[in-house]
Amino acid sequence: MNQPVKNGVMVYAEQKNGIIHPVSFELLGKGRELADKLNVELWSVLLGYHVRGEAETLIHYGADRVFLYDDPMLEVFDVVKYKHVLVGLIRETDPQLFLIGATPLGRSLAPRVAAALNTGLTADCIDIQIDDKGEIVQIRPAFTGNIIAHIKTRSRPVMATVRYRVMKPLPRDTSRKGEVVEKHPPTLQDTGLRVLGEVSTRSVNLAEAEIIVSGGRGLKRREDLNMLKELASLLGGVVGVSRPLVDDGWISKDHQVGFSGNTVKPKLYIACGISGSPQHIAGMRDSEVIVAINIDRSAPIFRIADYGIVGDLYEVVPRLIEALKRLKRVE
Amino acid sequence: MNNGLHMIVLIKQVPDIGKVKFNVEEGRIDRSSAPLETNPFDLNALETAIQLKEQIGGYVTVVSMGPPQADSSLRDALARGADRAILLTDKLFAGADTLATSYTLATAIRKIGSFNLIICGEKTVDGDTGQVGPEVAEHLNIPHVAYVCEIRSATLDKLLVVSDMGDKYLVEVKLPALITVTKDINTPRLPTLRNVLKAKKASIEVWNADSLAGYGELCRFGLQGSMTTVFKIVFPSEEGRKGLIFHGGDAVEKLVEVLRGRRFIG
Ligand SMILES: Cc1cc2nc3c(=O)[nH]c(=O)nc-3n(C[C@H](O)[C@H](O)[C@H](O)COP(=O)(O)OP(=O)(O)OC[C@H]3O[C@@H](n4cnc5c(N)ncnc54)[C@H](O)[C@@H]3O)c2cc1C
Ligand SMILES: Nc1ncnc2c1ncn2[C@@H]1O[C@H](COP(=O)(O)O)[C@@H](O)[C@H]1O
Repeated sequence: MNQPVKNGVMVYAEQKNGIIHPVSFELLGKGRELADKLNVELWSVLLGYHVRGEAETLIHYGADRVFLYDDPMLEVFDVVKYKHVLVGLIRETDPQLFLIGATPLGRSLAPRVAAALNTGLTADCIDIQIDDKGEIVQIRPAFTGNIIAHIKTRSRPVMATVRYRVMKPLPRDTSRKGEVVEKHPPTLQDTGLRVLGEVSTRSVNLAEAEIIVSGGRGLKRREDLNMLKELASLLGGVVGVSRPLVDDGWISKDHQVGFSGNTVKPKLYIACGISGSPQHIAGMRDSEVIVAINIDRSAPIFRIADYGIVGDLYEVVPRLIEALKRLKRVE
Repeated sequence: MNNGLHMIVLIKQVPDIGKVKFNVEEGRIDRSSAPLETNPFDLNALETAIQLKEQIGGYVTVVSMGPPQADSSLRDALARGADRAILLTDKLFAGADTLATSYTLATAIRKIGSFNLIICGEKTVDGDTGQVGPEVAEHLNIPHVAYVCEIRSATLDKLLVVSDMGDKYLVEVKLPALITVTKDINTPRLPTLRNVLKAKKASIEVWNADSLAGYGELCRFGLQGSMTTVFKIVFPSEEGRKGLIFHGGDAVEKLVEVLRGRRFIG
């Protein structure tokens, strides 16, 4: 391949222990579509150590060119080092659009890069489009999910973090060809940061769950969560909760759904004894099917539910469990 | 200024999200419809600073950029234990996106001069980006740790913190630095009545754009310094939701039928 044409679309490939975060494949899918519309190349940038093997994977998912920085210095995520590398690469290649997954890592890294380049950054986008003027439009929820804002950026590159599981990756195509460009990070002195290790790994990954059975303050005792666990496991899902249950120490924050917890997008979300506050809805609004079980017909959760049962969860949930068990026995 | 950590806490006044009204027809947010409060996560940031002050000594400056009424959030912060409060207010600051906001805050921090630690909330309930903190750190060329949910130890030259990135990491950071904290780090205390009364009379320093000249470029403030523009607001639609409510004795059976039909069961 010849010299890279300027102004490509660039996707940041997030990895941990050499495993690419799936949001990066989703961004390559979206990036491919945008690059084709803009008639430019799709680039990806991968930072880490012993990650060389994954560069090809990024090509299989749609990248034309992968800028690879494989260096012991980049083994653990140091936001200042990673920022230096990306700022250097962006200055050199001048992409017109730079996309990063809106993961905790992405949301910590992207603003530093944007500020260093004095460019605009849009957080947590749920869509990116090209309008009829050929301009990039970034679409994101704001005000705790109460509004959806359409945003344009007047500086270059346009930068956005993009929510996990809203865009579709292309199917992996191992015959796709592209170029891996080996790069070397600048030598960086002490950044002031030292990652000493992982303290704990999350107990459940709600963001990836297909079925979630959630409980809220309608539950009277901590033990009653077991009922929801049973329902969840019969459905092949996991348990989520509203924030008060986490605040009361009933269950770890890994299970919290909402504005200050996890944003989830399961195929099925069953809310039991949850009123549907804006902060809760902000985290589960995009679930494919929403079922609400609440004793109060006027609870806001019913406004976004596909199916609802107005009733006492202490009657409804055990009967649901019974019905599911019966069905399992029949099979 | 006494010995110990000099901490700067960045707080924003926001509308109470539960009460704010949205004009769906005109695509407008009616900010005057809701009472104002301090961004809830920023109270965790302030509490973090006060606890550090109690542990190892120090001095807490709160800074907020916003309209004149943000004064009340700063008074509340003084009542909760902050020592000094600065309000950045000027028409020139208005219309700022996160880049311009962070630049303005960083410029004010340069004017404040020496500091050891800047503490921000995880995100605001209105802007909802979590970008301002890391951007301030970049403008000031200091390291940052985001999503801090625990401080394991603190000295005058470094912190040992747990950063909640989904999985949790132990990170040591040399000061001066910036951290953004999650709500899990602490439970903010309430101000005592005595301190509320005292804070009512306290003086809040008000800085305008001119007073920052010499510490930054005026053209990077407010609308002029903003690179992003919101050109349209729409409301998330619940169209397509069935909204089928089942009542009565066979509600569970009906729901089970639906779940079977959609292949969640069996
Ligand atoms: C900055 C900020 C961030 C926040 N982040 C989050 C977040 O991430 N996630 C989150 O969930 N919340 C969050 N909150 C809290 C949020 O505002 C609500 O307080 C919370 O979501 C309410 O939880 P709930 O629905 O379980 O409780 P409630 O609002 O008390 O509702 C309980 C519901 O249970 C029903 N009920 C009672 N008994 C029964 C029964 N026997 N059978 C059936 N139904 C019954 C009631 O009718 C009621 O509707 C946040 C708040 C703030 C200020
Ligand atoms: N106008 C402001 N004045 C002071 N601090 C702010 C302001 N805006 C944001 N912050 C700080 O930056 C954090 C993240 O804000 P945001 O990027 O808007 O989500 C907040 O929790 C505050 O600590």
